[in-house]
Amino acid sequence: MRYLKFLLPLAVFLGLVGFLAVGLKLDPKEVPSPLIDKPAPSFSLTRLDNAAQTIKREDLLGKVWMLNVWASWCVACREEHPLLVEFSQRKLLPIYGLNYKDTRPEGLKWVARFGNPYDASLFDQDGRVGIDWGVYGVPETFIVDRQGVVRFKHIGPLTPEVIRARIEPLIRQLNG
Amino acid sequence: MAKFFLTLCLLATALTGHAREAPLAAQDPALEARMVQIASELRCLVCQNQTIADSHAALAVDLRNQVLEQLKQGRTDSQIIDYMTARYGDFVLYRPPLKAVTYVLWFGPGVLLLASLAILFVVLRRRSRMAPEAFDPDEPDGLAPDAHLR
Repeated sequence: MRYLKFLLPLAVFLGLVGFLAVGLKLDPKEVPSPLIDKPAPSFSLTRLDNAAQTIKREDLLGKVWMLNVWASWCVACREEHPLLVEFSQRKLLPIYGLNYKDTRPEGLKWVARFGNPYDASLFDQDGRVGIDWGVYGVPETFIVDRQGVVRFKHIGPLTPEVIRARIEPLIRQLNG
Repeated sequence: MAKFFLTLCLLATALTGHAREAPLAAQDPALEARMVQIASELRCLVCQNQTIADSHAALAVDLRNQVLEQLKQGRTDSQIIDYMTARYGDFVLYRPPLKAVTYVLWFGPGVLLLASLAILFVVLRRRSRMAPEAFDPDEPDGLAPDAHLR
């Protein structure tokens, strides 16, 4: 009873430290997406490299695919790009780009200069499709399953850890 | 990434620090007022401590235009709020909705306050019932250095 007087505040203090330590590690920029496990938003956009050809959500049903939101003005996209190019060479799944609030010449120049990991890039000039996908910090990466359901979202540049620990196992699971 | 946005937000704040309002996007003042009212309920996800009504981030401008466009189409406030939460989650709402996962958020502080008042009440009542001998007699300062041993 005598020790309780000292141990109780200590226990409360340690509990508080625990909460704060966890809180410090949480990133407030990582807002959980309400789209996870929901049908992917519908879209119908022209290709970046061909204004006459349209790609729709329905065209991609039946395969597991990745959507990577990028823009030529996006600094963090350049940071991520070499990793994405390398990932695309392993051909684990088709990668579609969402060229977000960009211009065609700038976008095309960018992939020509830094490499094109995309099977196709969708040209979202006014950012409306971006809003439908809940995009707020380019780059963002989504994985959509065969039924057209969003299964994964990553905000910010991809990292080797995210690809190894989250994306690869998910692709195996969805294709398995 | 986070640092980059923070710098951007700080820069934006520094450059526009003269309390300049976000530019008006509508000709109709009544519609504009409703738009601002809805927009001030919504959090800008780029500069998270600003509403989309007073943020200058490109996304906030887009979302304000989106709100305006939908108001022109005659959609109700709650339809527009639903549109935003369907895309960005409850996090866009400055006033979190009351539901099972937010009970702790809404009632936690009140429960904590009541619990601490209850503890205080119990402790004080117990002490008031204790015999006077249970307490150390008042000693002048500097005397009886071993008083705490009793």
